[in-house]
This record gives sequence, structure tokens and C-alpha cells, in this order.
Amino acid sequence: MAKKDNNFKKTDTGNSSSLMLKFAGFREMGIFVFLIILVIVISIRSPVFLTFENIYDIGLDTAILAIIAVGEMMVIITRGIDISVGTGLGLSGMVVALILAENWWIPPWLAILMGIAVGAILGSFNGLLIVKGKIPPIIATLGTMSVFRGITFIINFQVAGGQWVSAHNLSDSFKAFARSTFLKIPNLILIAIIIYIIFYYFLNHTVTGRQIYAVGSSPESAKVIGINIDKITFLPYLFTGMLFGMGGVLWVSRYTAAQTDSGTGFEFTVITAVVVGGVAIAGGSGSIFGILLGSIIIGVINNAVHLIRVSPFWKLAIYGFIILLAVIVDKAISRRINKALLERRKI
Amino acid sequence: MEMIDKSKKTFSVKSFFLRWEVLLLLIFIVYNIIIIFTTPYYLDINNIFDMTFIFTEKGLVALIMAFIIITGNVDLSVASIMGLSSVAMAASYQAGVNIWAAFLIGLLIGTSAGFLNGMIITRLSLPAIIITLATYSFYRGIAYVILGNEAVSGFTKKFSYIGQGYIGNSPVPFPLIIFLIIAVISIIILHRTTFGRMVYAIGLNEKAAFASGIPIKKIKLLLFTLSGFMSGFAGMIITSRIGNTRPNIATGFELEIITIVILGGVMITGGVGNMWGVFISIVLISTIRYGLGFHNVPGQIMLVVTGGLLISSILINNFLKTFVSNRVLKR
Repeated sequence: MAKKDNNFKKTDTGNSSSLMLKFAGFREMGIFVFLIILVIVISIRSPVFLTFENIYDIGLDTAILAIIAVGEMMVIITRGIDISVGTGLGLSGMVVALILAENWWIPPWLAILMGIAVGAILGSFNGLLIVKGKIPPIIATLGTMSVFRGITFIINFQVAGGQWVSAHNLSDSFKAFARSTFLKIPNLILIAIIIYIIFYYFLNHTVTGRQIYAVGSSPESAKVIGINIDKITFLPYLFTGMLFGMGGVLWVSRYTAAQTDSGTGFEFTVITAVVVGGVAIAGGSGSIFGILLGSIIIGVINNAVHLIRVSPFWKLAIYGFIILLAVIVDKAISRRINKALLERRKI
Repeated sequence: MEMIDKSKKTFSVKSFFLRWEVLLLLIFIVYNIIIIFTTPYYLDINNIFDMTFIFTEKGLVALIMAFIIITGNVDLSVASIMGLSSVAMAASYQAGVNIWAAFLIGLLIGTSAGFLNGMIITRLSLPAIIITLATYSFYRGIAYVILGNEAVSGFTKKFSYIGQGYIGNSPVPFPLIIFLIIAVISIIILHRTTFGRMVYAIGLNEKAAFASGIPIKKIKLLLFTLSGFMSGFAGMIITSRIGNTRPNIATGFELEIITIVILGGVMITGGVGNMWGVFISIVLISTIRYGLGFHNVPGQIMLVVTGGLLISSILINNFLKTFVSNRVLKR
């Protein structure tokens, strides 16, 4: 009897896990199909959409979003949220741009490293508040969101007397960096690809990466099996900081300006991309492919709004509508899956 | 905290000072003493009353937001609803509708926006934070679709009374009276009625609340609808006060409103909070803005002050709590 029971359990978990795997695959498939439909509809309306130049533009515009979405996803997987990414991006971009304006000899790669360093400081500040200060993530980053924006303003005022850093303050090599290519791929896109490969490996094939999922899906069990919860909760904020620091510098290079309001509202775009990419806000699940697709969908919509000559004022409404759609469809799917799982258990 | 109160009387003084509202009140008093001695005209009665104009809109929404956060939810779309209802009002006024009918349209749009939030959240049992994040863009987006880059102004004199009028010849602003009335009602409802207890129960343990027969979905729906209504009303007040409207009116208010509520001692995880705390927090933040305004401190530095206050007050409170519980454990 006991043996039978055991067997039964084995097959049961086997079935459910394979089903869940199918579901996970289906989930990204669903997002992908949505993207394809979107692309078909848009390209019927506007033949320019599928030209090489336009796809190139979409890539350039999506790269920074996609880079920061990786960090945000890790934070959300651990059941947190980081709403300071927009102002963090603005602050690190401003700091580096002010340094660059005085030092034209600094090569772009060093500027990016500086951005990562600044972002790492900001990100660990968030992480420390949350881990050591025991402040709920949404509150801590709500606070630092204001603080970062304020500091951006103060630094800009102290160093440059309130003058924004614009194109003529920056060296040509730095301005050209975002657009120039390596093996015919623009640097910006190349960096995004490298980041995705690194974090794909990190999240799926390293112990620390798997622990991030473990902590997110069940903090109690993670603690019981000896995972250092504090460390695993801290890391995603640090990484997010490094990524928005890098994003800030790339932003300055891409738009050849650093303003005190750069990145305003960007946190909502990032969270939208992550949610559309199928990351559960309750934590524990989410994949690199998902958020890549999510970011591309946002980029395509942004681009299409201009191409189809829909008034740009529709953009926000469409964003909102798409998140609603994504969340509701996701809920419907997971309900059906749960139902199917329950039915299997009955037999 | 209550347990400490009962077990050791010697601790009661300390735990009194550990109560959030008292801590806030102390910050408020200390800040005001400093600023009174360093700032001439700070105590001018007309100035003080005029200062209240800057917080009534946010304060009104914050009162309802406190209920929502106590149930463990959050409404990120409030500022967008303010914008949408303001724009709806202005657009219908521009189309020739009577100003008071337009006012009602604004309120109606706000209320239905809140109702839609509530319906999606309760019918599909989806997290409020995601749904209101979506409607945050959606409602603001519709406001942009309606007005585009336009601004509407030139409302009638009578309408401007709502946002900038005074009671008779006194220096007391009309919106302040509205705010005080609603604040008193909220305090009574949260702390003196069964409904208030239910709100706490939902926040503390939703499943247990459901099991004990509390109509969770109805209460949530009601709160989100109320939040929409109040945001619509706040939208009317701000439109009337400024005298014109654009689709980007009240942008970013949601974060300030949530900051006010959290600073007021309401736990974002739900179940804990006090309307008095929220009230003191509203007054504290506005006196800080008012006082620093005298010293020509720009708005962006206020951001650092508000954000820093939010973080440091929670840190201090957490620190004090662990300190006290360690002391208790040692005994």
C-alpha cells in the first residue's frame, strides 16, 4: 500500500511538473504570439515598420529598457519591487555626465564602469534599507526615488549652476558610442545582448541564481534549507543599481544630454515591460526570455504609435490597456492550469 | 506594544513615546519651534490659512488611501483619476455644458474610474498594485487623448470658489473646511465603527476575515470606488484653485499621497495604522513645505526632505522597537 502510495506521488509530481513546464513554455509562447500578431498588424498599417532602419531604431530604443528590466525582474522574483530605477538612472547619468563634461579624455567604456559604480552605491543603499533597516521594498524605494531625484538636482546645481549637460559639453567619442557599431551590431544592442547572456547563465545555472527563485517562491522554506536570505534579498537591488547605473550612462550617450528630469516615469515603463513579460508580481517566477519579449513589445508599441500616426497621446492609454490585458489573460491561464492540476489529482 | 503596556507599568511612558503619532507630533513640534524662531512672518495667520491650500487636495485623497492601505492594498491610480476627472470636467465645460453639470460629470468619471478598479480587483482577485499600475497609465492616457496638448481655462467665478474661496470674510479657506469635515468623518468611521474594525481585520488576515463573514469584496469595491470619487473631487478642487487644467495636472501626486499615509504610521503590509497619524503627517509635510518655502528652498530639495523623512522615521521606529523588545527579553 505504502509503496503504491509512493508511486502514485511520484507520477503525480512528475505529471504536474511536466505540465508546469509546458505551462511555462506556453506562457512565453503566448507573449511571443502576441508580439507576432502586433508586428503583423502594424506592418500592414505601415510598410516602413519592417524595414531594417526601423528595426534598428526599435533596438536602440529598447536596449536600455531591456537592460534595466533584468534587474527589476530579479527584484520582483524575490517578492520586492524597485520604483527608484527611473530616478536612479537619472542620478547616475547626471553624475557621470558632469564628470565627462570636465574630462573629455575619459573613454566610453570607463564612463560605463563609472556609471555601474555609482549605480552600485545607489542600489546597495536600497538593499541595505530593505535588508538591514527592515523597510518594506515599496516604501524604501519610494523614499529613495524622491531622494535620488533631489540629489540629482542638488549635484547639478552645485557643480554646473543648474545648467543641464547637453551635446556640446560631451566628447564626440562618447556621443558616438551608442550609435557606433561592432560587427555591424550597434554597441547599445550588443551590451544588452551580453547582459542577457550573463544573467541567463546567472539565473539558470548558478547556485546563487537558483536561490533567488527559491527565496521568492517560499522564503520560509528557503530559510529552512539554509539559504542566506539577507544576502539573496540584497543582491537583486545591488544588480538593479548596477544596471540602472549603466543604463544612465547609455541614456546620456543615446540622447546626448543629461537633464535633472531624465528618466522620470521610467520606473513605470520598466515595471510594465516586466509584467507584460509574464513575471508574477507575487514573486517566485519569471524568465529572461519573458522580459526580453516584454521589453520588445513595449519598444514596438512606442515605435508603432509614431509610425501609424496615431496621436502620441494614445501611448499611455495603450500601455495601461496592455498591462491590464496581460494580467487578466495571465490570470485566466493560471486558473485553467490550476483547475487541470486539481482534476489530475482526483484520478 | 500593548503587551508591554500591560506587563510592565514602568515601560508605559516609553511605549507612549514609541507610539507613532506621538513621535510624529514631537517631530512636528520641534520642527515648528525651530522654524518659528528662524522665520519672520511664519506665524502670520493669513499665511498659515493660505498654506492649507497646498494640502487639501492631497489630504482628502490620503484619508481614503489610508483605509485602502490598512486593508493591505494600494491605489496607484489616484493622481491619474484626478487628472482624468479634471480633464473630463474641462472638456465638457468647453463643449458648452453648464459648469455645475460639468462638475458632476467630473465626479461621476472619477467615481466610475474607481469603481472599475474595484471591479477588476475584486472580481478577478488580482493584486491591486498591478491593476492600479495599469489604470495609472490608462486613465492618464485617456486624459491625454481627450485634451492633447491643450489647456482649458476661463471657468466661471462661482466655480473658482470651490478651490480658492474663503468662508465669509474670515481667512478660513472653503476647501479646508471640507477637508476637516471629511477628516473627522474618516476618523470616526475607522476608529468607532464596525466597518472600521472590518477594514483592520481584512488587513491583518484576509482569509480569517473572510471566514468570519466579513464581506471582503464588497468592502474593497466600496473603498476603491470611494477613492475614485475622492480623487475626482480633489481633481475638481485643484482645477478650481489653479483656474485651468492640462492632461498632466496632478502628475506624481500618488507618490506624495502614499508617502503621507506611510509617514502617518500606516503599515504598507496592512492591518496597522491610525487616522490621527495620517492627519498629523498631512499637517507635518505641509508645514515643512510652507516653512522651507520661506527660505527659498526649491521643490526638488523638498523631495530629498520628504523622502529622507519617510525613510529615517521608519528606520528610527524599527530601531526603537528592536531596542525595547531586546530590553524586555533581557528581563
